[in-house]
Amino acid sequence: MTLRLLTDLSTPLTMGILLGGLYALIALGLSLVFGVMKLINVAHGDLVLFSSYFAYAAMTMMGIDPILSLAIGMPLLFVMGFAIQKYLLSRAFTVSMEAPLIIAFGISLILQNFQQIVWSPMSRGLTTSYTLASFGIGGVRVPLAYLLDFVVALLAMLLLREFLSRTYLGKAINAASQDRRAAQLMGINTDRVYGYAFAISMATAALAGVFLGLTFPFNPQSGVSFLIIAFGVVIIGGLGSMLGTFIGGMVLGLAQTLGGYFFGCAAQMLFAYGVVLVVLAVRPQGIFGR
Amino acid sequence: MPNKTLLMVSNLDTFYGGFQALWNVSLEVKPKEIVALIGANGSGKSTLLDTISGLIRPAKGSIEFDGKTITNLNPFEIVALGISQVPEGRRVFPELSVLDNLILGSYNRAARSKKEQNFNMVYELFPLLGKRKNQLAKTLSGGEQQMLALGRGLMSNPKLMLLDEMSLGLAPVVINNVYEALREIRERGITILLVEQNVRRSLDEADRAYIMEAGHIVLSGNAADLREEEEVKRAYFGI
Repeated sequence: MTLRLLTDLSTPLTMGILLGGLYALIALGLSLVFGVMKLINVAHGDLVLFSSYFAYAAMTMMGIDPILSLAIGMPLLFVMGFAIQKYLLSRAFTVSMEAPLIIAFGISLILQNFQQIVWSPMSRGLTTSYTLASFGIGGVRVPLAYLLDFVVALLAMLLLREFLSRTYLGKAINAASQDRRAAQLMGINTDRVYGYAFAISMATAALAGVFLGLTFPFNPQSGVSFLIIAFGVVIIGGLGSMLGTFIGGMVLGLAQTLGGYFFGCAAQMLFAYGVVLVVLAVRPQGIFGR
Repeated sequence: MPNKTLLMVSNLDTFYGGFQALWNVSLEVKPKEIVALIGANGSGKSTLLDTISGLIRPAKGSIEFDGKTITNLNPFEIVALGISQVPEGRRVFPELSVLDNLILGSYNRAARSKKEQNFNMVYELFPLLGKRKNQLAKTLSGGEQQMLALGRGLMSNPKLMLLDEMSLGLAPVVINNVYEALREIRERGITILLVEQNVRRSLDEADRAYIMEAGHIVLSGNAADLREEEEVKRAYFGI
């Protein structure tokens, strides 16, 4: 009986963990920007989608593989991120804490409409020869795209963690997030540090966008639903903690697939957000939050 | 003592929101001096330090450091030129290790190349920081955090240190340690501008002092003379 349940559960468990990788990948940048700049970047989902569409354009127009297109997509979003912080957000931060939030809303609306005009509301997907491939691990059939999501998320998280704890710039990002004034007194150009933090967040969004597109179909409105998922991940994991974000992704992914297994597909997101609410009630700072 | 000035503040007006916090403030600090800036809470001492550090822009007046005008520079440029502020309340990075706090002190390019040398100086002055280097800063006691804040300030390779209320909230024995470190820092050729509410102590330690009241410098002179000054006695020692 127990054994049968375990075998039955092996599919939702595996899928939940792997799906959690994608969620974590989407949430990494959101978590970084919130941790450092105390800004809820409501445009994050749309920036992720911008990258999905960029890869879609590269694939359909020039025949470039979506993963290879990241060689352009990541630097592009990195530069866009730096510019958004330097020319839009940094000025807004001097006005009030709400002003940058409103700017982020504006960016979100502009991107949504831009994508609607250019790509129409139709669903698109980054369909490649390998996206449909799948293989078996211990009796569970796993789509290759899911496995890629997980591996890339794990690598991105580890890389970001090492960067933040080992390099001068990483430490400066950490310092500025803990005490901006003291960071300035240490000779840190905090505007520039914020610029890099936002740029790095956008580079992770570029990564997330491509792997999202390889996994799921997307349309111009998808950004919002993935923003909400990423937000759930960050709440579960604890703001600003990269490891927490990664674990948060797993928890949300598992909640979704297990919810679906026990209560049916229609209930899976309800169950996932139920977990978010429970975490908020029991441990509002998140599992890895301080 | 050489007559050249290291820091020259001239006719500074600074506003804090709509409120004028500094009125025509002038002050100078010569190399290797310890200068104390004394005054009650809210008299503008910290505002003056923040204006020198570039955190607040003055409305009028000028600040010259080491022969350069620094009035409208950014805080990180001012640190790079050699002015290091140790802020009130220590403001160490609580979630970072002692070592990372010190490393961040050496963030500016000029300091990075002298990192090893400055590390040695800091560990010599505060051996305890060497022992605790892997601990998170928030786990240190108040006195230890003050040493870390001073050490972090020294890591930026300063010519001038601005020390804001460094004895506030510390036990008397710890205050003695901190002032002892201060004298050693001066021995190493670093100039010090010190803000204190502890008037008697700072006049004992300083060469010269300025006294501030409601945003104005009302009195200045040799610390030893000021100790005898009737006005100071009345205002601060309650005699």
